[in-house]
Amino acid sequence: MNEKVIEKLKILAESAKYDVSCASSGTTRGHRKGQIGSAEGWGICHSFAEDGRCIALLKIMLTNHCMYDCAYCINRRSNDIRRATFSVSELVELTIEFYRRNYIEGLFLSSGVVRNPDYTMERLVRAVKDLRTTHRFNGYIHLKSIPGASPELVREAGLYADRMSVNIEIPNERSLQLLAPEKDFESVFSPMRHIQQGMLQSAEERRKFRHAPRFVPAGQSTQMIVGASPDSDRDILRLSAAFYKRPSMKRVYYSGFVPVNAYDSRLPALRQPPLVRENRLYQADWLLRFYHFQVDEIVDDAYPDLDLEVDPKLAWALRHPECFPVDVNRAPYEMLLRVPGLGVKSAKMILAARRHSRLGSSHLKQIGVVMKKARYFITCRELETRTIQELRPENVRRILTRGKHRPADDGCLLIPFDFTDNPPLRP
Amino acid sequence: MTVFRYDKTFEGLLSALFDVYRLKRFPDALLGPGEPPPLFHDGVIEVGTTRERADRAWRGLERKLSPSALACLTYGWLSELPHVDLLLLRYMKKAIDAPSSIELDFGDPVVLEVSNIWKKVNSERHKAMQFLRFQKAADGTYFAAMRPLYNVLSLIVPHLRDRFADQRWLVYDVKREYGYYHDLSSVAEVRFEEKEKHLLSGFLGDDLMAKDEKLFQQLWKTYFNSTCIRERLNPRLHRQNMPARFWKYLPEKR
Repeated sequence: MNEKVIEKLKILAESAKYDVSCASSGTTRGHRKGQIGSAEGWGICHSFAEDGRCIALLKIMLTNHCMYDCAYCINRRSNDIRRATFSVSELVELTIEFYRRNYIEGLFLSSGVVRNPDYTMERLVRAVKDLRTTHRFNGYIHLKSIPGASPELVREAGLYADRMSVNIEIPNERSLQLLAPEKDFESVFSPMRHIQQGMLQSAEERRKFRHAPRFVPAGQSTQMIVGASPDSDRDILRLSAAFYKRPSMKRVYYSGFVPVNAYDSRLPALRQPPLVRENRLYQADWLLRFYHFQVDEIVDDAYPDLDLEVDPKLAWALRHPECFPVDVNRAPYEMLLRVPGLGVKSAKMILAARRHSRLGSSHLKQIGVVMKKARYFITCRELETRTIQELRPENVRRILTRGKHRPADDGCLLIPFDFTDNPPLRP
Repeated sequence: MTVFRYDKTFEGLLSALFDVYRLKRFPDALLGPGEPPPLFHDGVIEVGTTRERADRAWRGLERKLSPSALACLTYGWLSELPHVDLLLLRYMKKAIDAPSSIELDFGDPVVLEVSNIWKKVNSERHKAMQFLRFQKAADGTYFAAMRPLYNVLSLIVPHLRDRFADQRWLVYDVKREYGYYHDLSSVAEVRFEEKEKHLLSGFLGDDLMAKDEKLFQQLWKTYFNSTCIRERLNPRLHRQNMPARFWKYLPEKR
């Protein structure tokens, strides 16, 4: 460990930072004698970068040399950036020393593709195997699977990693071919399939033998770049919904496209990353996973893109005024979840509390319901208020988006001069 | 106005609960030792704290409440908020008097308040696990200091014991002046008569620090700075997720 490692760490962290996933959840594993650390089921974020993203894992690349030339990637071979490679011992020491100081929950290891996918994958697997078996590291490990890696290597990697991921990056095969000519959907889907097969097989074995080895216990995740290709939110969310139907897929991440290679004419010229769109996609993703929404309810052919002005749940509610108002003291859980301003936690609390007494708006407020939004969509113990039925959706929309698009005050006083009738005075 | 005086311990509070039923009177105010009574009152009732009474009251609560609701009570006690004791006493009385469990009756202001306090303390516990930072001392002990809002140190010990089982460590609450020490086999609560410099400031001096500690702090700081995407800076979210009151003890923010 010396000054040189600081330099390498800087280069490789900067190369790895565009990967969004930093979750450390999904595996609960207590301490075992002779090993280092444990894994907490909920995951703990140990720090937050100044862009607001959590830092739970040491997200790092083994090397940022890459033979591919993907248009959206900072590590593409035609970029003139500094390149570095970690040795396994450096990587292991960094991980363990950071871990012992409670800086991180574990390691997120990925790599640029060197020589061929199998060679790269083999090096990744060797590093992780060393960390797990020789250095007895028991913390969380997230391992990137290289697109196009062979099933045997994926199979071995899954025995050491808690979570694996293959990034699909672009939701449409034609766009992917345009931006990343060396990749296709098959090279991404096949490692995904191998991970899923491994997980199902391991679950089967563990039903018979309690100590059969676990395979990627925290499942797999993937990532899509938003705004690098002309694909609509409908394409993105349909693909996500299809992924979530698979038993092994735990998370799909959306990464607002950061124009790292501005010179490439295949990419759109963005002034800044599409952060609002990314946020709306995450909200839609939550609706799919926790709010019992179907993808066609959020985006369809009539509304292929999410509304940037209001969140997807509110947008759905405004399109479906016939479902409201909902009586919080009677409505089923599924219907409570559809009320804008009401989350999973508050819906569950309402469900529990209304067995004891009828709830009024002051109760709801204290429970944590965002009454500013919810008041137009519910009725409770109190007298009727003006809901979406009386106000009409377009008015509710206007009330709820009021103040968001006020033009910025530039400090100039505008006086409308009219030169037609009176000619300006001359000194 | 009925006033109880007790010794400001959790056992004392449980004994007070016992006296509520023994004397068939519910206090309007709870006083600690030495606190002056309010202006108009019908005498101060002194609560004798005894182990048996506290145990009996706790057993009674165990019959009425689930383990998670009992944890709500202890979390509420650790919040050390002013007048939380009277709130908890009301909650316990309510739980014992009610024919069925009250713990999910969030329409009730007392139950909701207790559950909200639990939420606050639990989030502080989680933050303590997130933002605790060990510094390695020359003798191999890992030292961490913190100043949590609520008294949550005891709540994170099980997690630390599990995770850092093969390390000797000391976590220390600078505000409340006590800590826990793990010596590879067991964890003990420790208080120090004589406060050395690192117990007051929370940082190991250069003479006590392990040789490579500075380097790893610098490495971590480097990593922290280079993993941030400059195009997406969001200072508001940053402060929201990692409140500024923790920054003092975080190597990456110093």
